Amino acid sequence: MTDLQKSWVLHLGIIALLFVLQFILPAYHHGSLARVMVLTCYAMGYNILFGYTGLLSLGHALFFAAGMYGLSLSIAHLDWNAGPALLAGLAAGFAMALVIGMLLLRTAGVAFMIVTLMFAQAGYLTVLYFGEWTRGDEGFVIQQDLRRIAGYDLSDPTNRYFAALLLMAACIIITLRVVQTGFGRVLVAIRENEERTRMLGYDIQRHKLAAILLSGTMSAAAGAAYGLLFGYAGATFASVQYSIFPLLWVLLGGAGTVLGPFIGTLFMFYLIDLSSELTTAYMLIAGLVLVALTLFAPQGLVGELRRRTMRWLP
Amino acid sequence: MELGPYLILGLLEGLVTAAVLSLMALGLSLVFGVMRVVNVAHGEFFMVGAVLAWWIAGAVGGHPALGFLAALLLAPPLTAGLAMLADQLVLKRIGYDPERTIVATIGLLYVIQQITLMTYGPDARPVEAPFNQRLSIPFVEWTPEGLSMYWPWGLGTTSYKLAVIAAAVILLTAIWLLMTRTRYGLLMRATQLDRETAQAFAIPVGRVYASVFGLGAGLAALGGVLIVPIQQAHYLMGHDPLLLSFIVVIIGGLGSLPGTVVAALLIGVSDGMISVFFSPTLAKIIATLAVAFVLIFRPQGLFGKRAL
Repeated sequence: MTDLQKSWVLHLGIIALLFVLQFILPAYHHGSLARVMVLTCYAMGYNILFGYTGLLSLGHALFFAAGMYGLSLSIAHLDWNAGPALLAGLAAGFAMALVIGMLLLRTAGVAFMIVTLMFAQAGYLTVLYFGEWTRGDEGFVIQQDLRRIAGYDLSDPTNRYFAALLLMAACIIITLRVVQTGFGRVLVAIRENEERTRMLGYDIQRHKLAAILLSGTMSAAAGAAYGLLFGYAGATFASVQYSIFPLLWVLLGGAGTVLGPFIGTLFMFYLIDLSSELTTAYMLIAGLVLVALTLFAPQGLVGELRRRTMRWLP
Repeated sequence: MELGPYLILGLLEGLVTAAVLSLMALGLSLVFGVMRVVNVAHGEFFMVGAVLAWWIAGAVGGHPALGFLAALLLAPPLTAGLAMLADQLVLKRIGYDPERTIVATIGLLYVIQQITLMTYGPDARPVEAPFNQRLSIPFVEWTPEGLSMYWPWGLGTTSYKLAVIAAAVILLTAIWLLMTRTRYGLLMRATQLDRETAQAFAIPVGRVYASVFGLGAGLAALGGVLIVPIQQAHYLMGHDPLLLSFIVVIIGGLGSLPGTVVAALLIGVSDGMISVFFSPTLAKIIATLAVAFVLIFRPQGLFGKRAL
C-alpha cells in the first residue's frame, strides 16, 4: 500500500468505527462522543490555520460564535427553519473570516495573536452588549421542534450522533484533501519558511487568506452545529476560554496532523470529565497539562506517534 | 449636576485607573522588551498581589495602616519570587520561544487562578484603606454676582485615591531612575538591545531574564496592592487589567517607558470619561477595537520605534 492509500484506509476506518460505536455505546458516552465530534470540527478548523499554516490565533471563538449566533439568532428572531439557519451560520462565519482575514494579513507574529485576541474580545463584548437579543451570559435555548432538518429531529440522540459524525467525516475528508493537494503543501511551506515560499513565487497573502476562510468557516460550521444539536447558544462560547480550548486540543493531539484534533479533543474531554468527578479543580489540570505539553511533548500525541513510528501520517 | 463636574469626576477616576495601569503595563512592557516574550499570566500576578495583600493585612491586624503597610512591603516581593520560580521551572526550559511561552503562560494563568480559587475562595474581599477621608471638590459657576464657587453634590474623591496617584508617580520615577542610572538598569538595557552581544560581554543574561520577569510581576502585584482598598480582591480580577495593559503597551510602543505612561493616561482617563457617559461594555468594545486597529495599521505603536 502506498502512503496515500494507507492514510485513506486509516481515516475512513476510524469514521466507520465511530459509526459502529453508536450502536454499542451506553447512552452517556453516546452523548459525550457526539459533543466531542462537533468540538473536533472546531479544533480541525483551528488546525488548518495553526497546525498547517503556522498562524497562531487566540480568537477563534469569534468564528465559532459567529456560526452559533448566525444559526440561533435567525431561528429565534427571524423564525427561519433549521436548514437555512445553518447556512446563515456558515455565511456569518465566512463573512467574519473574510473581513477579519483581510485585516489580519497586515500583521505577523505576536501582533497576529494579539489582534485576534482583541477582535474576539470585542466580539464577546458585542454579544453581551446586545443582551436584549442574545440574552448575554445566560444564553437562550432553541426549542426542540425548531431543530429539524428534512424531517429529522436533531435533538434525538441517534440522529444527533449521526449528524455530528457526518459533519466530522466531512471535516476529515476536506482536511485530508487539503493536505494532499498543492494548496496544503504551500500552506505547510508558509509555516516552515515564509520568505522562501514567497521567493519560489507563491502568493503568500492569497494562501493565508484562503486558509483563514477555510478555518473560520469550518469553526463556524462547528458552532452552528453545536447550537443546532444541543439547542443552546450563550456568550460563554464567545469568551476567551473558547478561543484557548481549540489551541489546547490541537496541541494535545498534535498540530499539523489530521487526526490530532480528534484525539486531543477526546482526550481532554474525558480528562476533564473524569477529573471533575474527583475534584472541581479541572482548570488546574488543564493548566498543568498545557505547561507539561510545552515542556515534554511539543508535537502532541499524534505528532509524537508520527515522529516515532508512523512517519506517513498526514 | 452639570457637564463640568461630571468631567472632573471622570478625570479623577480615570487618573486612579491610569496610575495602577501604568505600573502594571510597565511590568508587561519590561518583560516583553527585555525577554521578547508575551506574559499572558501577567494579570494573575496583579491578582496574586491583591489576594496576598488581603492575607497579610488580615494576619497583621491592628490599625488598618499597619496591615496595609505590611502588605505593600511584602506582597510584591513574594509575587516576584513566585514569578521567578515559574521562569526557572518553565520559561527557561522552553528557551523563551515566543509561541510556546504564550501557551505555557496560559497554562500558568489557569493554575494560578485555580489555586487561588481553592485556597482563597470565590468571594470578593476588601482590604481597609490606611486612610480614607472624603474630599469634596468645589466647582465654579456663573451667578448674577459673577464667578462663584460651589460644592456640587456627588463630586468628590478620597484621600486614598489621591495617594494612589502620588504613589504611582513616585514608583514610576524610581523605575525610570533604576533603568537609566544604575548598573542593574544598564545590564537590562544591554540585554534588551542585543542578547548575544550582552552575553559575550559576560552579562549573566539568564539571571537578568529571571529578575526582569520577577520585577515585572512585582510591579503588577504593586498595582494589585494599591487597588485593593478601592476594588475588592477577587480571583478573576486579573482579566480586565491584563487586556487594558496589553492595550497600553501596544499603543505606547513596547519597551518605551514614557510611551507606556502616556498611553496609560490616555487609556485610563478616556476609560473613566467614556464610562461616565456610555455603558462600560461599549467603552471596552471601542477600546479593544482601537487597539486592534492600531496594531494593524501602525504596528510599532503610537510612540514606539520598533514593530511588535
